Amino acid sequence: MKTSVTIAGVEFQNPIMEASGTFGSGMEYSEFVDLNKLGAVVTKGVANVPWPGNPTPRICEVSSGMLNAIGLQNPGVEVFCERDLKFLEQFKKAKVVVNVCGHSAEEYIEVVERLANEPRVDMLEINISCPNVKEGGIAFGQDPKAVEAITRQVKAHAKQPIVMKLSPNVTDIKVMAKAAEAGGADAISLINTLTGMKIDVERQNFVLANKTGGMSGPAVHPIAVRMVYECANAVSVPIIGMGGITTWQDAIEMMLAGATAVSVGTANFFNPTATLDILSGIEDYMVRKNIEDINSIVGIVK
Amino acid sequence: MKIKETAVVLWQEKLAEGIYSLTLETSIVDYAIPGQFISIFSNDGSKLLPRPISICEINKEYGTLRVVYRVAGAGTEEFSKLKSGDKIEVMGPLGNGFPLEGKNAIVVGGGIGVPPMLELAKQLKGNVTAVMGYRNDDLFLAEEFQKVVNHLYIATDDGSVGVHGTVVDAMREKDLVADVIYACGPKPMLRAVADFALENQIKCYVSMEERMACGVGACLGCVCQSKEVDDHSHVNNKRVCKDGPVFLSTEVVL
Ligand SMILES: Cc1cc2nc3c(=O)[nH]c(=O)nc-3n(C[C@H](O)[C@H](O)[C@H](O)COP(=O)(O)OP(=O)(O)OC[C@H]3O[C@@H](n4cnc5c(N)ncnc54)[C@H](O)[C@@H]3O)c2cc1C
Ligand SMILES: Cc1cc2nc3c(=O)[nH]c(=O)nc-3n(C[C@H](O)[C@H](O)[C@H](O)COP(=O)(O)O)c2cc1C
Ligand code: FES
Repeated sequence: MKTSVTIAGVEFQNPIMEASGTFGSGMEYSEFVDLNKLGAVVTKGVANVPWPGNPTPRICEVSSGMLNAIGLQNPGVEVFCERDLKFLEQFKKAKVVVNVCGHSAEEYIEVVERLANEPRVDMLEINISCPNVKEGGIAFGQDPKAVEAITRQVKAHAKQPIVMKLSPNVTDIKVMAKAAEAGGADAISLINTLTGMKIDVERQNFVLANKTGGMSGPAVHPIAVRMVYECANAVSVPIIGMGGITTWQDAIEMMLAGATAVSVGTANFFNPTATLDILSGIEDYMVRKNIEDINSIVGIVK
Repeated sequence: MKIKETAVVLWQEKLAEGIYSLTLETSIVDYAIPGQFISIFSNDGSKLLPRPISICEINKEYGTLRVVYRVAGAGTEEFSKLKSGDKIEVMGPLGNGFPLEGKNAIVVGGGIGVPPMLELAKQLKGNVTAVMGYRNDDLFLAEEFQKVVNHLYIATDDGSVGVHGTVVDAMREKDLVADVIYACGPKPMLRAVADFALENQIKCYVSMEERMACGVGACLGCVCQSKEVDDHSHVNNKRVCKDGPVFLSTEVVL
């Protein structure tokens, strides 16, 4: 039985990753999950310098989902390399995908260049879609010309393959996927969170200090499946699918829609072993359905 | 060590209007210390996030943890309906807990900040004075404190029992001295207790609250502001769930 998948020349032992920002760099969840069993550890977004993030409350629960407005708090790429990458040295079987954020092309490039000679970094995921930072971020992700341009600029400086992480907060995600492909993306990942809002009716005020937050969790899964399906039929680069994946069925669904690999985000918060539970569910499914190679189900639902 | 498992409800009782005491059978008890908390998950699948609730009592012999909580919304409302034998998902123990220090300690609790001080008061080795603030004469847990502390002072908002006013009013009125203060309660109370501690040059630990998602330090949802650049985050933010909930009053912005 073959569970390994290859994206832009990088071989992952299985298609299960966790989603950026929900798992830190794996340190905290390594108490629950043997990181060596994951396809990849995808780290929290990292910028050229430390970012303080947004004021609190940053978290809010909604029906079958949540909103977050962390604002990409991170310790900066230098500390990240010295501490987080060093920690990940022990887990050689899992690939490391570093999620990169910035306010401008220059900032993305600075991070990418700093990571270029780090042997533990297998792939870069370029977050052009975070709804929680005011400048840059989402602006890149909502304009196809900007998507193509930033992809091309980052690609020119990156040593590792780049995955462009797309925003779902657009009218037509296929256009963005094509723009990323045209700019030279090695792969695309989607979906980032959907911009939402929650108002406390008693206090008659916003729940989140940032007013808006990114929605994730099971409630967004059908939207994510639809978007992955659309992109899979629009581009030929591989897709890492995410958005509400909570069970193995959700993961298989995403692969049938066209994702070569999947990321598990919000589900970690209420089931810290969600990634491994999903993996074993996929293996059982493969046995039951006589699937020799997991790659054979990718995008077969047309 | 942190555990995520299904706990069994041993019993639940109502202590006061909207205040419940829930005793759970869970192996989390083996690793728990005072001041830590557990995440309790709803049995309703549409409510994903944990409800963080402080540990009120640790009984290693019986393998039980007790939490005392106020019904504040739909999640705690659901918990209040739990009966003996019911099952509920829990994760813990989470957070750092109170360090046990001092020859003369004051433990201060305000409202729903009262419960976590009970196990602390039991485990402190020295002389313990408890100062508890309540809205009115619904003095939940006061009798239990009476049994385990050297002195118990009560302050009520409506003046029905003890000192009419806040816990800090009581501390000033009784001229309390100590070498360490532990406090849990609403922010304004923590601020006032921290000021009292500073004036009297007493070391002071406060237990903080923030909205949580992961509860283990991974998502950066629950930060509070720290005075110095924090050595994990490298900005002025500390994670309440992992670096806290207990902080020195001088290290955080209250
Ligand atoms: C470290 C810590 C320890 C706590 N200990 C206790 C305790 O011992 N007893 C007690 O009664 N309460 C305690 N609380 C507060 C308790 O977590 C909330 O009252 C509870 O989560 C409310 O849930 P709900 O579904 O009833 O309310 P809702 O308002 O419906 O909850 C909606 C969402 O907001 C979150 N939320 C709402 N209020 C708070 C709050 N004050 N703090 C954090 N998250 C909140 C909920 O967890 C949930 O995700 C503690 C909070 C923290 C952070
Ligand atoms: C608390 C939180 C923090 C996140 N931080 C990041 C981030 O730093 N970079 C990023 O590209 N996406 C981030 N995301 C988005 C997730 O990686 C993922 O795309 C999204 O949550 C959808 O997946 P899910 O429904 O499984 O959570 C974050 C999501 C959450 C909930
Ligand atoms: S709740 Fe996730 S870091 Fe504290």
